[in-house]
Amino acid sequence: MNFTEQQVLDRIDKARRRRPRLTAERITLADGAGGKATHTLIEAVFLEHFRNPFLERLDDEVTITLPPGRLAFTTDSYVVSPLFFPGGDIGDLAVNGTVNDLAMGGARPLYLSAAFVLEEGFPTADLRRIAASMAAAAEAAGVAIVTGDTKVVEKGHADGCFITTAGVGIVEHPFDLGPAQVRPGDAVLVSGPIGDHGVTVMLARGELDIESDLTSDTAPLHAPVAALLAVPEVAAGLRCMRDATRGGVATILNEFATASGTAVVVDEAAIPVRAEVRGASELLGIDPLYIACEGRFVIVVDGRQADAALAALRTHPLGAGAVAIGTVVDDPPGLVLLNTEFGGTRIVDMLVGDPLPRIC
Amino acid sequence: MRFVDEYRDAEAASALAGDIAALCEPGRAYRFMEICGGHTHTIYKHGIEDYLPEAVTLIHGPGCPVCVIPMGRVDDAIHIAQQPDVVLTSFGDMLRVPGSRGSFLDAKAAGADIRMVYSPLDSLKIARENPDKRVVFMAIGFETTAPSTAMTLLRAAEAQITNFSVFCNHVTITPPIKTLLDSPGFTVDGFLGPGHVSTVVGCGPYEFIAAERGRPVVVAGFEPLDILESVRMLMRQLAEGRSEVENEYTRVVPWEGNPAALAVMEETMELRPYFEWRGLGFIARSALRLREKYAAYDAERIFEIPGLRVPDPRACQCGEVLKGVIKPWECAVFGTGCTPEKPIGTCMVSSEGACAAYYNFGRFSRARVKEASNR
Repeated sequence: MNFTEQQVLDRIDKARRRRPRLTAERITLADGAGGKATHTLIEAVFLEHFRNPFLERLDDEVTITLPPGRLAFTTDSYVVSPLFFPGGDIGDLAVNGTVNDLAMGGARPLYLSAAFVLEEGFPTADLRRIAASMAAAAEAAGVAIVTGDTKVVEKGHADGCFITTAGVGIVEHPFDLGPAQVRPGDAVLVSGPIGDHGVTVMLARGELDIESDLTSDTAPLHAPVAALLAVPEVAAGLRCMRDATRGGVATILNEFATASGTAVVVDEAAIPVRAEVRGASELLGIDPLYIACEGRFVIVVDGRQADAALAALRTHPLGAGAVAIGTVVDDPPGLVLLNTEFGGTRIVDMLVGDPLPRIC
Repeated sequence: MRFVDEYRDAEAASALAGDIAALCEPGRAYRFMEICGGHTHTIYKHGIEDYLPEAVTLIHGPGCPVCVIPMGRVDDAIHIAQQPDVVLTSFGDMLRVPGSRGSFLDAKAAGADIRMVYSPLDSLKIARENPDKRVVFMAIGFETTAPSTAMTLLRAAEAQITNFSVFCNHVTITPPIKTLLDSPGFTVDGFLGPGHVSTVVGCGPYEFIAAERGRPVVVAGFEPLDILESVRMLMRQLAEGRSEVENEYTRVVPWEGNPAALAVMEETMELRPYFEWRGLGFIARSALRLREKYAAYDAERIFEIPGLRVPDPRACQCGEVLKGVIKPWECAVFGTGCTPEKPIGTCMVSSEGACAAYYNFGRFSRARVKEASNR
């Protein structure tokens, strides 16, 4: 024997102090057991990518001093299939989606939590890729991921990776925004072409043998919202904002009409839809009005401020395609009507069932 | 978008609407039945009725493939899906159709492996990729979809795929029209012929309607201008005292149909002696089954099927709707007991069903909609 016991113990001690590395190619049940493997996973993947002083403490909770204002708080789960699609993946979706929910209340998004449910056997490389895109999305949105959790379930008990994020932000404006504020005479705007995300994900599943260059519209919307709030007259005339995720623009408009007891009349010719999205919708017999977006929002604003609001939105790249698509009237209460391009009129109802499950 | 936008031009529509109004004889009412559910969907989706004068009424016919499937067949399909190692596939429209003990979606939630496909060939692919499973395709539809089922059977036989079969529910278009024409109280002045079915069967099979029954038929396309143009053609025939089969959808429908498609159907399928239609009852020689030669692919021979006849729920008036005897909103449960979320009858399920189309798109009196949207 050419080394002493102490030398061996010293070496072990040194190895334990080294930053843990995750070398396994696949996630195992041990990675979620809370022991050493879980710590390695957290430090080698999540801390590595999300690194910030709050998370580095690795406490059970995080203690934050918030700036003055009203607290906005939201949560959302992400189960998109496939996990990676043109223009994004479940990671940036999980950050942007929660950031957008905060932004729709006019809040400045600040901090997120992230909880992962992983399926045994999930490729570690995919998890790193997801964590990297979450980190990039968080940076772009100006938020920090400050706390989290990881669970691993047996193979077959989940589909790869599910993520739940929660977020807090600060509302610094004095206005009460919400669908109940919508009133006759308001204008309805959308921030850009609709349906890109839903159609992209559907085509990415490869079940349809249709190819296109379409990419998801997933993006954080706090900046175009800030652009609206920065114009005092527009901010004062704002009634409500919603990002057009599941159920699409049609579902949101129905929520507005129902909550405010007004009617929303939409002009089909004015609704921005890319040719690829329209083509896929015609083929599949679905209506772009019901297709999910992940980076577009609907704005209801006092009709007199519609032009100013559009101008403000268009100052930001994510609002460059903003247009007015309709108006709010008093009758028939609770209904959304569409003036078709063809010159007819029909009802636009809430979505029944789900033509495109697991879109986000 | 080419082949779409040019058939949705509002100016052309106004011109056609003017012609149609001019063709109306004062004091006369016109009732036209669109046979195909695709037309029903188009009519509501684009608000075509807004262009028609009060005197012209469109009646929604029996040509929605999902709507005519009787509850017993849904039960049979679910029974097959519950057998060991079975994967049942079908078109998305079928998933919410209620059987007597729930729909495909309910059966799926309870553990059956039921999957939505866009084409029967996708089912064959699933069979190829899962050799340990028995993949059954629930085939529905008129002559429009039957050729694709037939082609899939030929492919399966050619590739000697043994874990694939078809639960055949294909129906044919002319027998229900005959039944309607024979049913008491059925009054229509003419038919918009089904465009998609006619791409396969051609225009010839409708000759009896025009020649023997004295009702003009115009085979119509599916864009809004197609519908208006076809109504104008029907009005012209009536004004000129003609009763003929005309083809408005010439860009797609050849007069003699598609002989290649008819040949593959003929090769693989034959008429059943009778078949039950939802709301219409049993109609002789109105549906297709697989020929003996393809018995190895016939789910009805492979599986023991209960084959029980289940009467329609008593409150449901799908039959009257399918026959055009009542408008969807005249049904006692329309929009209250029976909604797209919780359908009692099949007409409320498919987007081509008269009730679902009316509920989703038109559920508001035309006059009030016009008033609201003009402000």
